[in-house]
Amino acid sequence: MAIIGLTTHKIRTFLTILGIVIGITAITIVTSLGSSAEGFILGELENFGSNVAFVIPGREGNFGEESILTDSLREKDVEALNNKNNVPDAEMIVPFVFGPTVVAYESEKYHTSLLGASPGNKEVDKLELADGEFINDEDVDQKASVIILGSGVKEDLFGASDAIGEKVKIKERLYRVIGILEPKGQSLFVDYDKVAIVPYTTAQQYILGYDYIQRIVVMAISTEAVPGMVKDIEKTIRDSHNIENPDDDDFHVQTPEDAAKTFSTITDVLTILLGSIAAISLVVGGVGIMNIMLVSVTERTREIGLRKALGAKNGDILAQFLIEAIILTGAGGIMGIISGSLLSYIGTIIIYQFGGIDFPFSSPLSGALLGIGVSTAIGFVFGIYPAHQASKKSPMESLRYE
Amino acid sequence: MALIEVKNLSKIYRDNEIETIALGNINLTVHEGEFVAIVGPSGSGKSTLLQVLGCLDRPTSGEYLIDGKALNSYSDDELALIRNKKMGFVFQAFNLLPRLSVLENVKLPLIYGGIGEPRRTEIAKKMVDLVGLNERSDYKTAKLSGGQKQRVAIARALVNDPKVIFADEPTGNLDSKSGEVILDFLQKLNDEGRTVIIVTHESYVAQSAKRIIKVSDGRIESDEAVKGQRIIRRDGLVK
Repeated sequence: MAIIGLTTHKIRTFLTILGIVIGITAITIVTSLGSSAEGFILGELENFGSNVAFVIPGREGNFGEESILTDSLREKDVEALNNKNNVPDAEMIVPFVFGPTVVAYESEKYHTSLLGASPGNKEVDKLELADGEFINDEDVDQKASVIILGSGVKEDLFGASDAIGEKVKIKERLYRVIGILEPKGQSLFVDYDKVAIVPYTTAQQYILGYDYIQRIVVMAISTEAVPGMVKDIEKTIRDSHNIENPDDDDFHVQTPEDAAKTFSTITDVLTILLGSIAAISLVVGGVGIMNIMLVSVTERTREIGLRKALGAKNGDILAQFLIEAIILTGAGGIMGIISGSLLSYIGTIIIYQFGGIDFPFSSPLSGALLGIGVSTAIGFVFGIYPAHQASKKSPMESLRYE
Repeated sequence: MALIEVKNLSKIYRDNEIETIALGNINLTVHEGEFVAIVGPSGSGKSTLLQVLGCLDRPTSGEYLIDGKALNSYSDDELALIRNKKMGFVFQAFNLLPRLSVLENVKLPLIYGGIGEPRRTEIAKKMVDLVGLNERSDYKTAKLSGGQKQRVAIARALVNDPKVIFADEPTGNLDSKSGEVILDFLQKLNDEGRTVIIVTHESYVAQSAKRIIKVSDGRIESDEAVKGQRIIRRDGLVK
């Protein structure tokens, strides 16, 4: 019965629900891309493994430059951590530094990120070698002038010819190429295809010109051991820095789990922000629905009068108009879910094509359910007033209405 | 037995302090099986009277009884039930839902009367047959002629087997031939014992009734039984 009222003005009906369609589209995109982003970030963090902890200079909450330039982590901290008595659950201590640099070969120059690594970076960063070998402990001890190039760097400087054994120049110093990385693609923090890796001691002395350490990754013997290990690490470095009160810490320890929480917070904030915009669109759409329902009630005054004359109770009329409103918004919701899913899917493809990031398309099921729920609720909220207006019309006056 | 009894009934409209007395102090009894025509010039209150009698409107004061029961304290929904079960309506403007089929229009009162399928379709089909539109029962009513529309309206009025049919200028929008068909139907229904109350301003229509109530200025001016031949056509010839 309700459908008949809606099909009378097809264009008007469509325009009316457009606001709902847009709102639900936005909600679907937000939830779908939001969970895609979260899935991607969590996947990247999982890449590190769940059994690692990062020792980061500076107090917690010091983001960006401040934490990079803080020089509180030193070689003696690495030595203290390497002492089995201090951190018994640590399997591997991986200090590293990083910064921008320029790698030159003959006349070619390549601007890239430098990773001053430890042998353990190979495992921590899950690096595979296409050719040659990774740095070893000896290279670190001797501050050896050896370098490993990302696949893109090698391609750019050497083309198809063999690079192993060749010498590249950084800051007027020659480095022997000992390894080439397998192509790995963009990862969350570093593009390993465009990276140059030297021993961290070499990077400190000859390239970056400082003697502090930017990060120490500590790999635990198991995931379960991580929380206890974090406490041991904190105690060890406090002792090493002669810090009594944890409030005076000049470093902090972060696990991928902590980072995941931080990212979740960020995506949650974004979701709320975009969700609010969607909500505004839905309210505007709802007012549109209410408006058109009021017009419809007026237009169909005689119909209402007739139905009442034939025995329709007030509740029957109320239900009829309410169902109409809910069908309207529900249809808008379904259209919104379809277009939202489609746009999200296209979005993930675009991100993959142009960003080179394998951004997983996540099924917008929760968004779809939310969309259906929200659009139905809007139909109910904004339909109840017009429906009530319709139901309380007097049958006689309605029949007389011209 | 009195089907409808009205005592000291009045209907007063108030619009910005200005009172309009649409009906004043009406006393009226309609017995089962009567065929009553309410006549009068436009603005006389005859339509208001029909609407009050048909429970489409509430009187301002006075008593209204149907089957001996006073309806004064009935709620909107209770009145809707009375309309649904005891009354059938035929309007001048047909008041069909144009996007529904003939059959669906006829079904409407059954839906509100709580009659389920397949009984609903069964009853509605019988009524559509009765008014001779069985071949058009799937037509949208918008595609029918005026006379056919009014026959659909009669089928719809009968579908709940009401005690009384209210017809408000049922021939007003029809040519004389279609109008006669409709009057014939109403008479046939009355012959079968159903009460018919009709409002009209055309005397030849009124002449087909058994009793004529003349209304003027919201009051009953005269109330007389029709003598002699009942079927008188517009051209004055007796059928």
